[in-house]
Amino acid sequence: MRFDIVLRVATKFILAPLLLFALYVQFHGDYGPGGGFQAGVIAAAAVILYGLIVGLAPVQRLVPMGLLEVMIPGGVLIYMAVGIASFFLGDNFLDYDHLAHDAVHGQEWGVFLVEIGVFVTVSSTMVAIFYAFAGRGRS
Amino acid sequence: MIASHLPVLLIIVPLLGAVLAALSRHGFVAWLVALLASAATMAVAFALLWRVQAEGLISYRIGGWAPELGIEYRIDAVSAFIVVLVSAIAFLTMIYARRSVLAEISAERVAWFYTMLLLCVAGLLGIAATGDAFNAFVFLEVSSLATYTLIALGRDRRALVAAYQYLIVGTIGATLYVIGVGLIYLSTGTLNIGLIVERLASLQGSRALTVAEAFIVVGIALKLALFPLHAWLPNAYAYAPSAATVLLASTATKVAVYLLARYLFTVFGGDIDVGAIPISAILIGLSVAAMFIPSAAAIFQNDVKRILALSSVGQIGYITLGLALANQTGLTGGLLHLFNHALMKGAAFMAIGAVVYRAGTARLDDLSGIGRTMPWTVAALTIAGLALIGVPGTSGFVSKYYLILGALEAGLGWLAILIVASSLLAVLYVGRIVEVVWFREPAAVARECREAPLELLLPMWILAGATIWFGIDAEWPVGLAASAARVLLGGAP
Repeated sequence: MRFDIVLRVATKFILAPLLLFALYVQFHGDYGPGGGFQAGVIAAAAVILYGLIVGLAPVQRLVPMGLLEVMIPGGVLIYMAVGIASFFLGDNFLDYDHLAHDAVHGQEWGVFLVEIGVFVTVSSTMVAIFYAFAGRGRS
Repeated sequence: MIASHLPVLLIIVPLLGAVLAALSRHGFVAWLVALLASAATMAVAFALLWRVQAEGLISYRIGGWAPELGIEYRIDAVSAFIVVLVSAIAFLTMIYARRSVLAEISAERVAWFYTMLLLCVAGLLGIAATGDAFNAFVFLEVSSLATYTLIALGRDRRALVAAYQYLIVGTIGATLYVIGVGLIYLSTGTLNIGLIVERLASLQGSRALTVAEAFIVVGIALKLALFPLHAWLPNAYAYAPSAATVLLASTATKVAVYLLARYLFTVFGGDIDVGAIPISAILIGLSVAAMFIPSAAAIFQNDVKRILALSSVGQIGYITLGLALANQTGLTGGLLHLFNHALMKGAAFMAIGAVVYRAGTARLDDLSGIGRTMPWTVAALTIAGLALIGVPGTSGFVSKYYLILGALEAGLGWLAILIVASSLLAVLYVGRIVEVVWFREPAAVARECREAPLELLLPMWILAGATIWFGIDAEWPVGLAASAARVLLGGAP
């Protein structure tokens, strides 16, 4: 597909808005539809689209497997760290009330941080699944 | 601070361990993390048991939300019993795993193996700790997904097929369970088990509930390998890596039994027949079939792992029989057998794993006379085998004794006879193993073997020793099982 001019140009146009839209869905998740899972899938779709167009080797230079293997557990770690932080503020696990000066802002911060963890794990898992399928029979 | 968070630490510690093991990407570091995490989990579990015995029910609100809105963890005598069992077996498995895993799994996958082992433990403990029907489903999936991976990591190519078979069956089971939970949610408007119980009282005779119970019982029966839904189990146990088999055989089906007991007794009430479905009669029939048919099939197997796996299906029959009897003595016997069977099957699978470690095979033909070169390992296997039969002086005798008393109490004398008769089948398949490994002339494989290393023998003999100890002085496990049975039957703890 790397010689198809239409696909290549269209991909170039769409990649940046795709990543931007992922960030919008991520950060707007507090107020409207969206959140870490959906944003992670959109971001991963951008990487996968790039991989489909340029091939596996170039996309793995951009997003190496080693990075994914850190990101997949890393996202869970972020999630858990937020939950455990509540212990030290005298609350139950995943109770965000005391993360900020009042309960409403605390909950907002808690969900915001947790969603980042979700984003990291979901996006990296999607890409890792793509690599596993695309790289089958080569290694 | 720690004391008030114990119920959730039970899940956080192994989960955190799993994440750190994955991040380490180094086999030895991952093992060390797994060992420390499972030791800490066991400490938490015993602390919980101690607190439950002192204070009764412990409730913990995740995120501080009330049970109507959020997820509540509830630890009572039943959960504490299961949690202690699972975490102790997990700890012993970790000690055992290091040498065994190095021999069976390629180096770059070792860290992932420990990640999956810890995830599986976290999921199993979560099922026991949570008081939320849907949360239990989530943990069921966490442990199942980890289990599929663990089985697929076996070095035999058939491990992949076994894992795939279990994946299909396990997913069907989980789907049926979640359909049942959905129907309960429709009828009661809550997922919290405590609230479901309160609201069900006004909904007796609802057809949706009858259907929900049918879905839930069949779904969980797939997970606990109740005969005739056990087809996935023998291959999964036989081809998984030895350390994974030890953990799965001793804990996974046991936690499913816990979930079944939770629904039959706590949710649907002590009278376990709901609507037109005579669940206790069906359960007794299937349990008796499980006690006989898979045990009879075990006699004709040639792979020791498969013999033990089929024997597990048979032994699950005794446990579900205890549930079906639904009286204090019978239920105590069932839960006690759950506990004892975890110990004896753990010891047996550790022993056969050690044989595979040295001899490279679990085929009975190749193992003739191996008892002369690996006496300690084979002695542990023999003790576990005697306990499977139910020989006096082993823990298997005590639990079968309670089951027989329970059957007599329920006025089912013929059932007591069947329990004894089915033990004769265990004599045959255990006897076959014992005859080959002790009394035959050593084959070429056996002559070249040496005794298993101490790291494998130590956890194996802790379990084998416990099997004998609890056969002679059964007070502690009987006390735990009896108080769990009282809670399930609706009495005071």
